[in-house]
Amino acid sequence: MLNLSRWNIVLIITVAVLSILYALPNVLPQNSRQWLETHVPSWLPSRTVTLGLDLQGGSHLLLEVKTDVAMADRVNALVDEMRTELRKKEIPYENLNAENGKAQVTITKASDLETARAALAGMEVGLVFETQGNTLRVSLNEEAVRERKRQVVDQSIEIVRRRIDETGTREPSIQREGENRIMVQLPGVSDPEHIKTLLGKTAKLTFQFVNDEVTPQDIAAHRIPAGFEALPTTDNPEKQEVVNRRVILTGETLTDAQAAFEQGMPVVSFAFDGMGGRKFADATSSNVGKRFAIILDNEVISAPVIREPILGGRGIISGNFTVQSAQDLALLLRAGALPAPLVVLEERTVGAGLGSDSIKSGMFALLIGLVLIIAIMVITYGLFGVFSIISLFFNLTLILTCMSVLGATLTLPGIAGIMLVIGTSVDSNVLIYERMRDEYKQGRTLLGALDAGYRRAMSAIIDANVTHLIGATLMFWLGSGPIKGFGVTLSLGILTSLFTAIELNRLMVVTWTKLRRPKALPI
Amino acid sequence: MPFRILPENTRIDFVRLRWIAFTVTLLMLVATGVLLATLGINFGTDFRGGILIEARAPQAIDLHGLREKLDGLGLGQVELQEFGAPTDVLVRVKRQEGAEAEQNAAIAKVCDSMGTGYEYRRVEVVGPRVGEELRRAALIALTCALIGIGLYVAVRFEWQFGVAALAATFHDVLVTVGLYSLLRMEFDLTAVAALLTLAGYSINDTVVVFDRIRENLRRSKSSTLKQVINDAVNQTLSRTMMTSLTTLMAMIPLVLFGGAALFNFSVAIVWGIVVGTFSSIYVAASLLLYMKPVRGIPSGIGKTEAVAAN
Repeated sequence: MLNLSRWNIVLIITVAVLSILYALPNVLPQNSRQWLETHVPSWLPSRTVTLGLDLQGGSHLLLEVKTDVAMADRVNALVDEMRTELRKKEIPYENLNAENGKAQVTITKASDLETARAALAGMEVGLVFETQGNTLRVSLNEEAVRERKRQVVDQSIEIVRRRIDETGTREPSIQREGENRIMVQLPGVSDPEHIKTLLGKTAKLTFQFVNDEVTPQDIAAHRIPAGFEALPTTDNPEKQEVVNRRVILTGETLTDAQAAFEQGMPVVSFAFDGMGGRKFADATSSNVGKRFAIILDNEVISAPVIREPILGGRGIISGNFTVQSAQDLALLLRAGALPAPLVVLEERTVGAGLGSDSIKSGMFALLIGLVLIIAIMVITYGLFGVFSIISLFFNLTLILTCMSVLGATLTLPGIAGIMLVIGTSVDSNVLIYERMRDEYKQGRTLLGALDAGYRRAMSAIIDANVTHLIGATLMFWLGSGPIKGFGVTLSLGILTSLFTAIELNRLMVVTWTKLRRPKALPI
Repeated sequence: MPFRILPENTRIDFVRLRWIAFTVTLLMLVATGVLLATLGINFGTDFRGGILIEARAPQAIDLHGLREKLDGLGLGQVELQEFGAPTDVLVRVKRQEGAEAEQNAAIAKVCDSMGTGYEYRRVEVVGPRVGEELRRAALIALTCALIGIGLYVAVRFEWQFGVAALAATFHDVLVTVGLYSLLRMEFDLTAVAALLTLAGYSINDTVVVFDRIRENLRRSKSSTLKQVINDAVNQTLSRTMMTSLTTLMAMIPLVLFGGAALFNFSVAIVWGIVVGTFSSIYVAASLLLYMKPVRGIPSGIGKTEAVAAN
């Protein structure tokens, strides 16, 4: 155990030196870090440990995508496709609707059943059919459902990202979590209210014609003609507008939206893409004098009269906007609609003040702990204690190195994890040194005792660290935030301590023994 | 020059003292049981769901007055707690019926009635579903940790050692849960992290003692099991004390200066280290006496060592 090969020595020293280089950017003050970035070759390490939201302040949101709603939309779309298909094939049918997540239709003549089924099966792949008498029930198969849900979550993540980017939040992190969840981390955001409001809106925009023939009395009595629906208006919760269910255009055809002013009032101006512009021009040309409704998330924002055909592919939404709400709507329209609503399952926000206080008190405690450990190790083991402290120092630089390189996050419990590692990594040395004392006392030579110390303490060291690691790695399961950070820090620290407390420590002890040729065990 | 925290050759008859130790252990376990049955566990927002607000005022907070104000809001149960300093307060509101908007409304209500001048340092909202998932994850993690550690020790040593280690670790975790109950400390995710940590750590001393028992069992075939255990505990006493001491040196400053957020965590770890050292010596080692591990069974690393040593 005492014979270290040359490459072994080189390796240990290289790792130690590199760890200093990599850890260095973390302890430099901010301004010299920036100076380094511009003045030092880029191959030199410059990455630093990311501070968790609990240390730098910020907001953490766990969102759930309501994929069920998206699936219901999908079935409604299926009903529409079926209607088109059956009409095209001229198959008489009745009672076409969506029920319990399935599209169902009754084919009038039993003899048409097979033809209808074949026609509908040809619409798209992944459909499952059930027959009950003359009624066909159509649903998506498991794979199609899964695929659709995956798409919905992917799209949602993209839209969430765009909306948050539009707000100008710096370095947000947006990740999928599990099957239908999105984890959003917003460093530096201490009041997430506005972002939550923005994410809480689906922002599905449609343009539909208004039916002015239906009187308010009809609406109150629920006498709405087929193919129309009554929707609430944003300005006046009492008032409802009856609109044609047929959608002229959706928000997907918008290329731009900006908040603007018209006659001193905040409005939202928008532009259609080429096809949207043409459709809008056609629709407005043939319906001058009628009203069309601009509908956002099933609420009528405004329902202006078409005074003349709108040919330029541009328009303005004027509602009862404030400057903020006009800006928000423009942002939502630019970012696009969510394919399904989002709900906030969990929110954790930490102010920057608390974060920096936590760092301060954590670092102070860390320093005191270090001093105590240095004292107790040096008092108990003398020079060998100093070797342990040097190992400990390199353990800290190695933890910082690993965390910087892996892009791991240091959280407040993570600081506690480092404390714990400081306390436990000298434990390995304690086991080794105590073993040396034992062996020396039992009459071994100095070299024999040193050798046996490393060799025989090893099994206990390995066992102790493995059990410790079992506890630490299980913390990866516990949520995503601070506790995971603790688990990561602790696990890394345990692993690096194996290197520093054994390999590096042994190198120092061996080198010292060779140089000094001591007569007795110095501990 | 070298300093020893214990005399060189301790000859304490731990095995004979085991009855005292078993009594203490039993009392602690009974006390934990009684505490859990009466006081219960003070589950935090993480597990219960609900709203938590940490606020700081420019001057000391009149908790009584504030409590009266917040109780009048009709938000259900509102808990107030001084947090680290008289100027800091922790407000817990139970989760409001309804969705996102209702939670935000409740937060706004609380902030409004607390008045101006407060700095809102932390706001957490946990939905009931997340709370339940976290509860389950915590339970699974703890179970896996205990079983994993027991299995590992059983594989590395003998099954008897595994059972004894599992019992000792379980004891440490349980008694620490008792401490949370006794001090009414909030039992949240950080508490689970503390339990997982001390499960992994408190076993360290046990492993050191076991390692020596195994070695001595192999070496001295003639002495009684009682003798072997006693010797092993005495021989390793200085290092079990020393390793616990270094870890305590690291954790005690965290209790004293680490701030309110880490206080519960570090108290639990410090307690766990003390209890863990005690249980390694008494519970784990003494339990072995009743399970009669097989003698002289070589094991991986131990075997090559033994050969090299002779």
